Amino acid sequence: MSQPVLSVRDLHVEFVTRRGVLKAIDGISFDIAKGEVLGVVGESGAGKSVTGSAVVGLIDPPGRIAGGEVILSGMRIDNLPPEELRRVRGKRIGMIFQDPLTSLNPLYRVSEQLVETIRTHTNLSSSAARKRAIDLLAEVGIPAPDRRIDSYPHEFSGGMRQRVVIALALCAEPELIIADEPTTALDVSVQAQIITLLKRLGRDHGTAIMLVTHDMGVIAETADRVAVMYAGRIAEIGPVRDVVQNPLHPYAKGLMGAIPSLEVETDRLVQIPGSMPRLSAIPTGCAFNPRCPFAFDRCRVERPEPIQRDLHRVACHLYDETTIRAEALA
Amino acid sequence: MKTGMLAFIIRRALQAIGVLLTVGIIAFAMFRFAGDPVNQIVSLDTPAAEREQVRLSLGLDDPVPVQFARYLFRAAQGDFGVSYQFRQPVSDLLAERVPATMELALCATIFATVFGVLMGVYSGLKRDSILAKVFQTVSLVGISLPTFLIGILLIYLFSVTLGWLPSYGRGDTVRIGWWTTGFLTLSGWTALIMPSITLGLFQMTLIMRIVRAEMLEVLRTDYIKFARARGLTTRAIHFGHALKNTLVPVITIVGLQFGSVIAFAIITETVFQWPGMGLLFVQAVQNVDIPIMAAYLMLVALIFVVINLAVDILYTVVDPRLRTTIRQPA
Ligand SMILES: Nc1ncnc2c1ncn2[C@@H]1O[C@H](COP(=O)(O)OP(=O)(O)O)[C@@H](O)[C@H]1O
Ligand code: SF4
Ligand SMILES: [Mg+2]
Repeated sequence: MSQPVLSVRDLHVEFVTRRGVLKAIDGISFDIAKGEVLGVVGESGAGKSVTGSAVVGLIDPPGRIAGGEVILSGMRIDNLPPEELRRVRGKRIGMIFQDPLTSLNPLYRVSEQLVETIRTHTNLSSSAARKRAIDLLAEVGIPAPDRRIDSYPHEFSGGMRQRVVIALALCAEPELIIADEPTTALDVSVQAQIITLLKRLGRDHGTAIMLVTHDMGVIAETADRVAVMYAGRIAEIGPVRDVVQNPLHPYAKGLMGAIPSLEVETDRLVQIPGSMPRLSAIPTGCAFNPRCPFAFDRCRVERPEPIQRDLHRVACHLYDETTIRAEALA
Repeated sequence: MKTGMLAFIIRRALQAIGVLLTVGIIAFAMFRFAGDPVNQIVSLDTPAAEREQVRLSLGLDDPVPVQFARYLFRAAQGDFGVSYQFRQPVSDLLAERVPATMELALCATIFATVFGVLMGVYSGLKRDSILAKVFQTVSLVGISLPTFLIGILLIYLFSVTLGWLPSYGRGDTVRIGWWTTGFLTLSGWTALIMPSITLGLFQMTLIMRIVRAEMLEVLRTDYIKFARARGLTTRAIHFGHALKNTLVPVITIVGLQFGSVIAFAIITETVFQWPGMGLLFVQAVQNVDIPIMAAYLMLVALIFVVINLAVDILYTVVDPRLRTTIRQPA
């Protein structure tokens, strides 16, 4: 297989707080191939956004990357000096955030924000950059882009603003797009449009996409593979069809219990009894054990490491050879 | 857009007239509380018949509302009566003093704005640096020391001890039409330094703290995060995106405080014997010269009102969102 666009190896992210060091990301690894969409799901606080920020080097003190590697098309980027990392951001990795209403600077015209971003990463003249900006707006589906480009952000609707945000992320044709809940703040009616747009852009440009979302329906329809995160770790990762139809990890089983379709108004995950532990009070052993209907003694003392099971990689003692053998004997 | 803007300006102008009328009532009432104006004009041994003559000539026998209307009507034309002390038209006396106060207030405001913004931006961006802490301390001193004390300290240091700067007056002035300016002579400039600092210090610390707080606030916003994710340079983010957003409150403060600067000039003018309106007012108070006091009150009110109006209009120039709000009142 060819080299992945993004490869995250045993990433650790910590926040140093008054109450001690909180491990927000505790050793996660995953790859995203060219043109592939990796869906990332998990309850709020699971570490999805922190993972995205760590990949682009936007973890601010008191947070820090405490270990692991982030490799972009074969080049390690997590240890780059700040100025070189800045050149990677926006040029080779585009980011899209949750709320298009607050992502754009209200005092600058859309044209100014686009041209500024394009000229930061290319050496186009300002008129060439403006032309490219209009093309980008057309590509993300803004009608009459040559007129609309000089509008201010507040003159666009939420869905249109998110298209502008996507255009901004695309300015320098990035290899990777990290979309952090790009539709959560939008009307249900436009959510599907934005997801379709992202999917089309990824396909047309061969861009790798990391798509963080609460919406299992979106994952099922859009992602090639899916990673289920829980308390700073990946509980299960694998091809979307396998994980959605045949989840192995008990937490993933709970999530996939019912997948709402895109038409139904819901962006919440299916409720699993209990709630995710706070970072300051992660249980020993498997972080999921207090909520897990299958938990057994070993789960409360030993942390499950990821195990390959067919196309899935799952972190659960149920799939460990020793457990399976013990069960077979019983 | 034009009609909306016009309606907005008319609405604000009507409010302004309301404020001015109220101040007019107060100013007018002062005449009636300060005893019989005839006594201020005639001497002790003036015969009663002559007093009656004066009373009639001043229109003091007319009903109060008529007197008030007449007072306002004349005031609107710049006729504030005759000073009791100087036996000259109040308007002439004020016109003579306006340039001194205006030039002082202007210099104080420019000083406060330039240094306030610079120090505020610096301490917002490098809030843990030693210099930022020095600024914080200076601002605390600036806020807590009374103006007259600062003035006296400056005089003691730079006039008495070092002998660098004059301790009182405007220096040499040049007459241009009815305006006298200190901007065209060296002694005029040196005379402006200490009074401007004394008068502007409070506003400077105010602006500094507002810019600092605003800067910290803006740096936390989503659009700054998104600007960083797009790989814009730190300079573009700090001095383009962040600073522009902090300027809206700065404009308000600078604008609205300009009226206060003129009003507070009373103290500075007294300390430095600055021949402005404030000094004239202080002398008027000492001599119960009601026409001057009343006229000063109304003039300051007029300045406040005009500034308020100007600031509102200026807002819409800086913040495009307000333009739409004004266009389509909710
Ligand atoms: N600046 C920060 N300081 C301390 N803890 C943080 C900070 N940012 C995120 N965290 C913690 O990291 C964990 C993961 O957060 P996040 O990645 O935002 O979750 P989500 O999966 O909902 O996107 C949360 O427990 C959160 O409290
Ligand atoms: S390791 Fe144990 S507690 Fe954790 S998910 Fe598997 S069975 Fe449940
Ligand atoms: Mg998040």
